[in-house]
Formats: sequence, structure tokens, C-alpha cells
Amino acid sequence: METSRSALRARLSRASGALMLAVAAALALFSFVIAPAGAATTDDGDPYRVSGNVQLDGNPLEGVELTVDGPGGSQEVATDANGQWVVMVPEKNTTYTVTLNEDTLPEGIAVVDETDDTPNVKEAEMGPGGRVTVNFFIGEGERHVTSFVDQLVQRLVNGVNFGLMLALAAVGLSLVYGTTGISNFAHSELVTFGAVVTSALASGLLPVPIWLAIPAAIIISAAFGLALDVILWRPLRRKGVGVVQLMIVSIGLSLALRYIYQFFIGGGTTQLPFADAPKIPLFGAVSLSVIDMVSIGISIVVIVGFALWLTYSRLGKATRAISDNPSLAAASGIDVDFVVRIVWVVGAGLAGLAGILYAYYRPGIKWDMGAQILLLIFAAVTLGGLGTAFGALVGALIIGVIVEVSSLWIPADLRFAGALVVLILILLFRPQGILGRRERIG
Amino acid sequence: MDFLQILSNAGASLLAPATLAYALAALGLAVQFGFTGLLNMGVAGFMAIGAYGYAISILQFDFPWWLAALTGLAASAVFALILGIPALRLRGDYLAIVTIAAAEVVRLLFLTSAFDDVTGSADGLSGYHESFRGANPIPPGTYGFGPWTYNQTDWWVRIMGLIVLALGVVAVWRLMSSPWGRVIKGIREDEDAVRSLGKNVFSYKLQALVIGGLLMAAGGIVYAMERNVNSGVYVTSTTFFIYTALLLGGAATVFGPLVGSLIFWVLQTLLSNLLPALSQLLPFMTQIQASTLRFILTGVALMLLVIFRPQGIFGNKKELTFVK
Amino acid sequence: MSSDSAPATGATPVKTTGLHVGEAAPGVAKVDPIIVADHVRRTFGGLTAVDVDHLEIPRGAITALIGPNGAGKTTLFNLLTGFDKPDEGTWTFDGHALSGVPAYRVARMGQVRTFQLTKALGLLTVLDNMKLGATEQRGERFWSSLIAPLWRRQDAEIEERAMELLAKFKLDAKAQDFAASLSGGQRKLLEMARALMSSPQLVMLDEPMAGVNPALTESLLHHILDLKKEGMTVLFVEHDMHMVRHIADWVVVMAEGRVVAEGDPHEVMKNPAVVDAYLGAHQDVDLGVVTGRVSAAEAGVSTSGTVDEATIEAEADAELAAEEKRKGKR
Repeated sequence: METSRSALRARLSRASGALMLAVAAALALFSFVIAPAGAATTDDGDPYRVSGNVQLDGNPLEGVELTVDGPGGSQEVATDANGQWVVMVPEKNTTYTVTLNEDTLPEGIAVVDETDDTPNVKEAEMGPGGRVTVNFFIGEGERHVTSFVDQLVQRLVNGVNFGLMLALAAVGLSLVYGTTGISNFAHSELVTFGAVVTSALASGLLPVPIWLAIPAAIIISAAFGLALDVILWRPLRRKGVGVVQLMIVSIGLSLALRYIYQFFIGGGTTQLPFADAPKIPLFGAVSLSVIDMVSIGISIVVIVGFALWLTYSRLGKATRAISDNPSLAAASGIDVDFVVRIVWVVGAGLAGLAGILYAYYRPGIKWDMGAQILLLIFAAVTLGGLGTAFGALVGALIIGVIVEVSSLWIPADLRFAGALVVLILILLFRPQGILGRRERIG
Repeated sequence: MDFLQILSNAGASLLAPATLAYALAALGLAVQFGFTGLLNMGVAGFMAIGAYGYAISILQFDFPWWLAALTGLAASAVFALILGIPALRLRGDYLAIVTIAAAEVVRLLFLTSAFDDVTGSADGLSGYHESFRGANPIPPGTYGFGPWTYNQTDWWVRIMGLIVLALGVVAVWRLMSSPWGRVIKGIREDEDAVRSLGKNVFSYKLQALVIGGLLMAAGGIVYAMERNVNSGVYVTSTTFFIYTALLLGGAATVFGPLVGSLIFWVLQTLLSNLLPALSQLLPFMTQIQASTLRFILTGVALMLLVIFRPQGIFGNKKELTFVK
Repeated sequence: MSSDSAPATGATPVKTTGLHVGEAAPGVAKVDPIIVADHVRRTFGGLTAVDVDHLEIPRGAITALIGPNGAGKTTLFNLLTGFDKPDEGTWTFDGHALSGVPAYRVARMGQVRTFQLTKALGLLTVLDNMKLGATEQRGERFWSSLIAPLWRRQDAEIEERAMELLAKFKLDAKAQDFAASLSGGQRKLLEMARALMSSPQLVMLDEPMAGVNPALTESLLHHILDLKKEGMTVLFVEHDMHMVRHIADWVVVMAEGRVVAEGDPHEVMKNPAVVDAYLGAHQDVDLGVVTGRVSAAEAGVSTSGTVDEATIEAEADAELAAEEKRKGKR
């Protein structure tokens, strides 16, 4: 694995000069290379810095690779000729994890620290100053190695966790698309909404315990979906506004909501209670926090419940009938307007829940957190076949796993791009999705 | 509150490179979306490729500025072809998702630390202005009056931007009043009908995508000529803002994108000056909140425009341009 | 009726005869075919929409393609014009193989079509719609479009021809209006006139009479007959059997994707296969009655099997939905 990665890097840096220029465009589509979820503002880069110096007996080591994980995603960096490295990060008053890749150290050299099981991994506390330095003890010794299989398993588990969370958001988007034809760009703001409301409830003037705040936030999210349908979408349906116009309306709504969140919670990151729960080693290299485990459990229960609802309940069947053929469904006596309203309510509620889980997964609540994963949600929906709820579920799991596992081979700050390339390729070559039928008879 | 200063700032934004860049990008979008009906949501990606193509070819290969600009344009044309050849066979909303995803991939590629040597990753690129500024025929000094007082470098950027914009407007106007434009507008209305009349619809769509892409890249280059290049500028919000500017003026018009961009930036500048000033009078709002307000208003304006005046402020009601 | 009968007045058009070789049966050879199709098959999922073993369309004549709903007429139209791709099969137009040739090329070869659901370009003027129909326009090429002197004179010629055709179709007063403002029948006329701008050899009309105000029907009929007079070949899909009998020289009957009968419009109606395919329960009813264009009383038949206007509407709606669906899946 490591050889393939360093070979890739060497190839990339050699070719990059000419490559970036002449075929920047070609790269965009065809290389499986990727970057972090940048803030969707027109800021000039991230403001805070994590830095360090890698030396062996006072001599700088060049080309040693480090990974910095934390709010804002995962970033990779290599030391320069002076053994120095710097990474700019978006948030302070939080913790970043710095991992030194021992395979990039010279032969026989490792990070040594008797008191630490994983001496090449360090937690860096980013204080209010916005600067933190992380240094490692380098010397001759045994390397701490995580086997490829262990890494893969850990990534798979994380991917499933992320995928389940994406699925909660994606089924709502898919149902809305199936029943109304709207590519709802504001769905990501419904995701953010759940997290923001939970935070407001849990830390507002009258703090509500988190076990109560979460269900309350989901209900409020669902109510928000209802309100949007009553105030905005239903009147537009009545008016017979075309799907392209509706899509642009949803973009406007997305912009407005996003900045309304920023208006109230500011540009920084806040944490929900228990977001810093410690990781518990489970088996192999897999470690999950209690929050992670609860999150996976909730996702599975909700998704199974939702699937049963969609398959067996009258409303669920009606929803699928409308997705399949709206005019036929209407002709057979289904109250399309009512079902669409239910879809908005259910979709917004699920998106709200997804937002809460995402706030724990990231971790942190930010005004544009939903916008960061909007295209991944679209990718999940598209992968499964637009408008089919079960397809969205499968698509979300695949996207979640792709995002996590792909960073074994590609720079971690490009992992979202990997999923987007998958989205593009699916749309180009199998637009009906992996589960969709090729064509239907009208 | 210094109204005079606020008005002056708003006036200055009329000639700002950002306004010219938006006008060029919106003009390109008018060709693609307004006239041809192509839902390109990757405007920011085209601009980024223009800007980075310009900066990288100067920094890496020591190209003179004009060759660098041509390189940026060529890169965007290549991007349009790579994207368009497979994607133009898709229907509207699929094309939108493909283009927005492709633009995001482009941004992430410029941002990643993997290509830091070439792209400057999060820091972006700067220090490539020498060639362009060296070609400036204007003697050093300060010229102009009122809010439009600039030194020779600022004028040089603005004049070049205006020339490019004027060329773009004339070209688009010529195209749209020709039989070529007739085919393009026919495709927007019903591509099967145009196909049945013996026109190669795919080829026309591809041409429109490339022309629009070139104009967007030109916008990116003009923007890059003023300051630096940073991937934080080329986010999806930028695409949405350009849609707002275009729809303000009227999507299927030649001067709409120009007027729309002017209005967009004058309003943005006015609000960004006015709202913080107002926040001193309104105790419930901090300065930062007040400056967020203008983006909220942008979103609301976009919704209202699409719902109530989809033809834009100056568009003809009959020339309502939304693809069905 | 034969070609040596009464001169061409509106009421009794001249029929072209002697088109086929041998007995009139499905797939019969024509003296001078313009289209020859072999083994053309198109399936949608499990349903076979078109399965034509052999079909020849005679040149210089008006051929009607008829058949009950779902017989595959429009699908065959789409296949022949390159708007849809068959699972298998070959067909030629004027001797040129057309398999895999894109729709726009087919049109340029001189085979133009109209659509069942009229495709007037609503936000273009009527005149611009017409001018779009002309082929080989210099100003439609990208670089020359930028230089007006290169195409201005040709454009003026095209405009002149467009105005002549518009005058003939009585649309000249509307030349500067948006096509969206025309009535349904006027749009049909515009679509046909626009197709003629390319001076085609073969004009394919998909239900030219559907949704046309009776006042315009007569004029449309004349225009179709004029096409033949000017040397063009016409192939049209139609439900109105009176119109078919009135103007068609040859009739091809399709049912369930296959050609079940061919022949002279008067003879073919007596073919048991046609009666079978078409009528089902309405064995002794005039075809015009079945298709709803003629009332039972008018046809002199008393029957309870009259299909009313509402049924036709419903069918049209269903086809509309199918069309939308097809568009959507693209």
C-alpha cells in the first residue's frame, strides 16, 4: 500500500507542473485525487496554524509525511528541507490529531516514546491563541505499525457510520425528488437545521438535557419541513412552476438559510454535549466512542423503521406509487398533495436527525456543515437511482465507505473529491443509478 | 454614518475588477443557460481554471501575460469539452449536478496539499503580476476623479477588463442576432424539433458550452490580474451569486448579465457598508451579523426573482427563458 | 379511383396507382420504393413495440400508416427518422443505409418529419421558426455567423422563401408573432411549412389532423395533396379514415408492432386481418366511427359502439404522458 502511495506522490509531483496547467480540466474528471471540506465562504484560507519540526539528532528530516485530523477535515503535509511543516486549520479551541507516517522516515528510524502505545500519534490542543506546535521524539527504534487490514477495517467501520448518517439525509432528498421532481439544494440546510436546533436547545437559556433535546430537535425539524411546504413549495406547485425554476428557488433558499444560521451562531464551531467522548478499542485497530456506537444504532433502527413504513404502510405505498408515476397515482385516487406534504415532513425530520449525528461525526456544529456534504448526499441519491428511496440507502452506504476507504490511497484532503468523481461517472454512464431500471414503458 | 463614503464605495464598485469578472462570467452563463438552456452549475470551476491557468503558466513556465491568459482560456475550453462531450447528452437537472460536482472537484484539486508546489494549496498563488504590469502603457501616477481615482496599475487592470468585456458583449450580440443564435434559441425551446430540421444539436450545445466557458474563464483571469488566486473564491456560492446577477438583469439578453452584475455588486457594496453602520442604531445586531445579512438578502432575492420575475428586471416577459 | 379519372379538384384528388409489384400483401415490393426497411425490431423492456419484417414505401405517392393505438406507428416513425434506435434491423432511404445515422443527418438527406405533439418553438417568432427550417445556412456556422456580410444575402433569400410559404399557409400575417401565440391548428400548419423549408423529398407527418379545428382540416388536406403535386413523397400516420381514403394512394396497416396489411385504401379495409386488428367487437362499424372522427349517424350505421370525443381526449392524454416519460428518461 505504502509503495503505491509514495509512487503515486512521486509521479504526481514530477508531472504536476505541466499536468496542472495543460490538463487541469482532465485531471478534474479522471484522476482519483481529492481535498478537504473547505468553508463555503470567500475567506482567504484557514486562519489557525498547527506546525512542527521533525529532526533526528539536530538534523532536519525532509519529506516526512504527517496527517492532521480535526474540524475541517483531514490534511496531509510533508516536511520541507528544514524539517518544518505547517498546516492551516479552520477552528480553534478544539483538538487536532497529528499522525506521523513512520514509513516516510529513514530506514531504522522511528518515533520513540516509552510511555505511549502509539508514539507517532499526538493530540494537539488548539488554544485561543490559534497556534500550536507538535513535535515528535525521533530516534532509532521499533516502529509502531498498523497493518493494512487493520486500517482498512477501521475505515470500513467509519465508512459505514458515515454512510448510515448520509442515508438518513439522502432518503429524504430522494423522496422529495421522486414525488415532486425538485433537486432540492436546500436539503443540506435541513441537515444543518437539526444540529443547530439541538445545540440551541441543549445550551440555550433553559438548557434541556441532550436526551430530550435530540428528539425535540427532530420534531422541530419535521415541523420546519411542514412549514416550508406550506409557505413555499405547495404554492409553487399550485402555480405550476417548472422544475428548473424550483431548483433555482431551492438554491436561493439554501443561501438564505445558510447565512441565517451564520447570523445566529456565527462563523465558528460549537460542540454538542459528549462530543469529546473517548474512543474505546473494540477489536483489532477498531475503536469507536460510545457516541459512535449509539449513532450507528439509532441510524439502523430509524432506517429499518423507515423502510418498513415505506413498504407496508398505506402512506408509504402511496409515496412509492407517486414516485413511480405521478399521474397514474393521482388517477387512482391518491391525494398527491397530502403525500407530498408527508414526504417533506418525514424528509426534513430524517435530515434533522442526520444533522445531529453529523455534528457528532465531524465533530462540531458549523453554519455550513450541511453544505459541505450536500454533494455527497446528491451522490448517494444518484448512485442508487434518482427518486428511489431504497437506492438512496444503498448509495449512501457506498459513498460513505468510498469516502473513508479511499483515503488509504489518496491524500485525505481529496477524499470528498473521490466520491464526487464517482457521482459524475455514474451520471454519465449509468444515469438510472445502480438499482434503477434502464427504461420504463410510458 | 458617512453616507458620502458609502456612496463613493458603491460607485467605485461599478468599475471594480470583481464586477467586471462577474459580468464576464454572467455573460458566459447567459450564452449557456439563457440562450441555450444548459443548466451549468459549475461557473466557479470555469473561472478557477481560467485564473489558475493564468497564474500557474506564469509562475511555472515564465509565460508572458498574454500567452498565460490564452493558456487559461484554452484550459477552460478543454474542461468544457471533457465535461460536455459526455454530459450534454444528459437532461437538464443531471447536467446541473454533473457540472456542480465537477467544479467542486476542480476546487478541491486546487486546494489539496498534494499539489502544493504548483497550486499553493490553501495559500493560493501570488507574485505573478510582473509581466502584466510591465506591459502597462500608462505612466505612473494617479488618475480619475471621485470614487474612480486609481493608480496606473489599477487602471490598467480595469481597462483590460473593460476591453475584454466589450469584446465579449459584441461577440455574443453578433452571435445571437445571427442564424447561429436562432438555432441556439431553438434548442432551448425544443431540441427535438431543431434536430428534425437537420441541425446537429449536440455540436451546437457543445459550442455554446465552450463559448460560455471561455467567457467565464476570462472573468476568472481578470479577477486574477488584480490580486491573487485563491481556491476559496471559487466555491459553489460564487456560482449561485452569478446566477443571481444574471437573473437580475435577464438571462436571455446580451446586456442583462452586464447590468445584473453592476446592480449585484453595487447593492452588495452598499449593503456591506450600510448594514454595519445601521447596526450601530439597531442594538440587537452586531456588526458581523449585519454583514451576514446581505448574503441572506441575496438568497431571498434569488428566490423572489425566480418566482416573480424570471425574465429579469429588463427581460421581456414573453422571452421568459426557463427550460421546461 | 385511378390517375386518368377526373382532374384534381379539391373534392376528388388524383390517386396514384400501380405502385406495387404483385399481390398487395404485407411487405409487397414497390415499383420505385423510397424507403426499404428490413427486420426492424424495437422492444421496450418485455414489450415489442415494432417488429417489421419488410416494408417498402412508394416514391411520389401519399402513403398512410394506420393502426389501432399502441400498434407502433409513432415508434416506427421515430426509428425511420433516427429519433430512436432499434434493437436490430436495417433500412434505407433513397438507397442510403440509415442504420445508426443520427436524426439530424437523416433530416439533411431530405427526409423531414413533424411530431404528433406539435413542436413549435414558442419563444421564437413564426418567421424565425420558418427560417430555422432552411438547410445549408452559412450563418449557422460558428465563425461565419460572426461576420454578417457572409450570410446576410442568403438570409434574405431564406426570408423571402419563408414569407412565400407562410403566405401559402395563410400565416403571413403572424410572421412577427411568437409561435406560442398560435392556435393548435396553426402550429400544425407552421410545423408543416417549416419542414418544407428544407425542400425535402420525403415528408413524414405524425397525425397531422390531431387536434386541428375542422375549419383548418380542409386546408391541411390541400397542402398535403400539394406536396405530392410538387413531387414529394408523403408518409403520414392518421386515425381519420375518411381522410385516409380521401387522399392516400397506399395504406399500410400496423397492429401490435407488425405490418398486417397493405394495399389500396379502399381494398385494404376489406382485408379480414385489418378488420380483426382494428375492430374487435365493432365488426360492422365504419372505421371512421371507431376512431371517433365521424359520428355513427353520419356514417349511416346504428351502433352502440361509438367512441366519443372524451375517449379520444383520454388517448391523447395517455400518449402525451408517454411522450413526457420518454423525454424524462433521456
